[in-house]
Amino acid sequence: MDYTLLFVQVINGVQLGLLLFLVASGLTLVFGILDFVNLAHGSIYMIGAFICASLTFYLGNFLLAVLVALPLTGLVGYAIERFVARKLYEKDHLDHVLGTFGLILVLDTSAHLIWGPEGISVPLPLWLDGQVEIFEGAVIPTFRLLIIATGLGVAGGLVWLVNYTRLGMLIRAGASNRTMVSALGIDIKTLFALVFALGSMMAGLAGMLISPITEASIGMGGQIIITAFVVIIVGGIGSMKGAFIAAIIIGLIDTLGRAFLDSLFELVMSENAAETAAPAVSAMMIYILMAVILAVRPQGLFPPKVR
Amino acid sequence: MKKLITATIAATLLASTALQAAEVKIGFVTTLTTGAAVIGKDQQNAVNLAVKHMGGKMGALDINLIFADDGFKPETGKQATDKLVKQDDVDFVAGYIWSHVLLASRKSVLDAGKFLISANAGPSPVAGKLCHENFFSSSWQNDQTPMAMGEVLNQKGVKSLYVIAPNYAAGKNMVAGVKRTFKGEIVGTDMTKWPTQLDFSAELAKAKASGAEGLFVFYPGKAGGAFMKQYQQAGLKSSLPLYTTFTVDALSLPKFQAAKFNDVLGSQFTQQWDPTLDNEQNKRFVADFRKEYGSYPSFYAAQAYDSIFLIKSAVEAVKGDLKNMDGMRAAMKSASYPSVRGKYTYGNNHMPIQNFYLREVVAGADGAWTTKVVKTVYEGHQDPYAKDCAMQ
Amino acid sequence: MNIIGKITIAGMLILAIVPPVLLLSGQAFYMDLATRLVILGIGAVSLNLILGFGGMVSFGHAAFIGLGAYAVGIPAYHATYGEFEMVASYNGLFHIALAVGFSALFALFTGAISLRTKGVYFIMITMAFGQMAYYFFLSLDVYGGDDGLTIDVRSELPLINLDSPMQLYGLSYVSLLIAMLLVNRIVNSRFGMVLQGTKGNAERMATLGYNTYYYQLLAYVISGAMCGYAGFLLGNFTTFISPDMMHWTRSGELMFMVILGGASTALGPILGSSLFILLEEILSSFTIYWHLPFGLLLILVVLFIRGGLMGLFKSKSGELK
Repeated sequence: MDYTLLFVQVINGVQLGLLLFLVASGLTLVFGILDFVNLAHGSIYMIGAFICASLTFYLGNFLLAVLVALPLTGLVGYAIERFVARKLYEKDHLDHVLGTFGLILVLDTSAHLIWGPEGISVPLPLWLDGQVEIFEGAVIPTFRLLIIATGLGVAGGLVWLVNYTRLGMLIRAGASNRTMVSALGIDIKTLFALVFALGSMMAGLAGMLISPITEASIGMGGQIIITAFVVIIVGGIGSMKGAFIAAIIIGLIDTLGRAFLDSLFELVMSENAAETAAPAVSAMMIYILMAVILAVRPQGLFPPKVR
Repeated sequence: MKKLITATIAATLLASTALQAAEVKIGFVTTLTTGAAVIGKDQQNAVNLAVKHMGGKMGALDINLIFADDGFKPETGKQATDKLVKQDDVDFVAGYIWSHVLLASRKSVLDAGKFLISANAGPSPVAGKLCHENFFSSSWQNDQTPMAMGEVLNQKGVKSLYVIAPNYAAGKNMVAGVKRTFKGEIVGTDMTKWPTQLDFSAELAKAKASGAEGLFVFYPGKAGGAFMKQYQQAGLKSSLPLYTTFTVDALSLPKFQAAKFNDVLGSQFTQQWDPTLDNEQNKRFVADFRKEYGSYPSFYAAQAYDSIFLIKSAVEAVKGDLKNMDGMRAAMKSASYPSVRGKYTYGNNHMPIQNFYLREVVAGADGAWTTKVVKTVYEGHQDPYAKDCAMQ
Repeated sequence: MNIIGKITIAGMLILAIVPPVLLLSGQAFYMDLATRLVILGIGAVSLNLILGFGGMVSFGHAAFIGLGAYAVGIPAYHATYGEFEMVASYNGLFHIALAVGFSALFALFTGAISLRTKGVYFIMITMAFGQMAYYFFLSLDVYGGDDGLTIDVRSELPLINLDSPMQLYGLSYVSLLIAMLLVNRIVNSRFGMVLQGTKGNAERMATLGYNTYYYQLLAYVISGAMCGYAGFLLGNFTTFISPDMMHWTRSGELMFMVILGGASTALGPILGSSLFILLEEILSSFTIYWHLPFGLLLILVVLFIRGGLMGLFKSKSGELK
């Protein structure tokens, strides 16, 4: 066993997991508090990436672009809440799924119209574009370490926000008892819109962070949204802790599956068959995990106490 | 009376053929939606330019072009093809970027007795067992380009190789192709999920740990851009040199240049065409394409441009008599049209027998990034599946 | 007869007459469109049984269509290229048995687990099972994996030649009629009453002494089997199958068809599939950006039209459910 390789792959898995957490945390926030299924959350991830990519060229610096793009993505989220999502809250989950499925089509095609089909390659500042050697042989791209740091930072920030601030208190209260919060004289509509915008910013941030690695491209949201849903279902809808743990588990499963499954399969089948089977099976594993967990715990790993 | 009827029928038939023959209908299937639409758009531009260069006519016939979108999916591509064949009743179906789309669609065209011209995809079955008299390629068979790369690797003295490619028809052919000619050891292969996987951190880490002397990849379209960036971010340039096919192209170079991604300069790959190839047709194509659309044409565009000229040579050889399938087939088989890659011939399986060049990314005269030819790797190269084709 | 019944009969008559006439007048392509619409209509009718009447929002129904299609493709592949002779066959009845059998088994297994969950968890776990099926077929290199599988020879059935577009359409149409009648019978039986009662108030049904879990599971299995049969037809129609048929977006489309036409009505799913396919065809012929108006329409339908198209008719006739 090559322990250096294993270490590097675990870091890769954690990085993927934290990226997933960024998307999933926004989703679980909206889902848990607003009871709203938002399939279009992935499209906001894409829009965040595109806004940031355009701004990187305009402002000449990626990090600066992220800072400006974040509130802009929040605004986009707010607009979506105001004009579409808000009207869907009182309907059932089926309508949420269909309505936001339509929203995906609209947002993806709009991105195609605005930014063209070619996608945008995002340049990084020089100091982020290199690598860090953690120990002999274990070389990690600097930017991936930044993603890990950001993911952990956001996780910490969310814990603080939800548990120790007035907004967090309202959010928790609003989730368990809407009428009570309204009765206290709180504008529940504004509160919900704020939560939605916050969730959108989180998705947007994830999109901005992935775009220097892949690129900003249309359709990128459809690929991550389903995985993000798996994360929050496994973790338990509405549970931030659950989303965090599930995201890390799924990031590790996906990466380690891609890294080691084919060698494992080659023990029992031909090399060609193993090479074809391995990526598909490693993709399948997260769904198997989800089915197993739901079969044992129909509410996910950490179901919120009040509902 | 009987004679009269016969004469009338004959006259009507003549009239209807004359009426039909006023135009030649060409259906062009490519990708116009999703992120891969950037390739489709480039092909569409090239086809439109070809028609413009022809003055909108093939011989006496007007050109009626119909573009169809495959949505980057085999099933949608087949539906689009069915529509071209059944609804629009086209005379030729051309295009097809993706091997799996071509494999799904070929039967619809060939069963209807129409000509099928692939302007990009060259999966092994259509070159071998499933070869067909009405199928022609204006590009290459998938294995050829990586075979040329394998040869380059041998010449460079690379002893061991790690291979990463997407898991679909063309990806498998690319891997098979490089394995066919590369004489060193293949120390590992990774096939990734296509087209959704764009993060290659796990694969790059494996490639690095394998201790191979070189890394061969095939990632067309946007995955190519993603791969190149991650390769650079992983800092592997000195320890694990990269060799690619169809991964860097004229569509990704402007993006790389805008992002000041200088590591791409100097990267090498094999291909049957280059914008600097010295022939009249190519010069006009490249110059006018740049004038019209403001960028260098990609190889996808070059092949699409060729496909329309190939069709023109067939239509003109039979003087616009589109019922004369044998005549048109013979004309195309002779490959006597002016191709932008220069002269080539067709094998028994209607796949090109052609030269392959080593290309290198350079900054062009006006500063825009493009490629130049380093050397000729193969002259008159034929694909390895021709022997499996029953046609003579 | 009420207005809904009249519209239903009129709709089915149009489907019986118009496509064959179009084919005879040389419009083969429109016949293709009609065949696709009728086959997906069967899928939508089957989904309607559990979604509309049973309140079980399955987001993985496309998996059954795919299973049914591969039940044609895999035996035909081995009959053409050898190996694995146990299943190698062109026999259509055998294909149907495989399609229905495997779909029912898959539904039994996944339903047994999924039905332990409720609400959004149910939507997402059925989606997960659909994705599992998708990735499973993606991993099968022999049957083309991602590239899909071309069916060289269609299923052979007694008396019916599926190579004839007219006969294939005829079979699909009759199958659709049978599926509708079947669902109608089920819904109006005691079993169907319990099922609908469970949708309304599961706890009350449980106190009345019904084990709702088994009722729901049986409905889920019936629906899956019917959808698998639709897959058998679809495989024979397209003669090309790929894992893409099972992707979650396809399941979403099936759901949309049911909702668009009107859930828990007999004709709704068919109206939905017709409108869906025609809109897709018409919009995409105008612009490559057709997803934009299509998506907007989807949102508008969800926001403003209660009960889908059938709901419109109902409110017009002033009749409430």
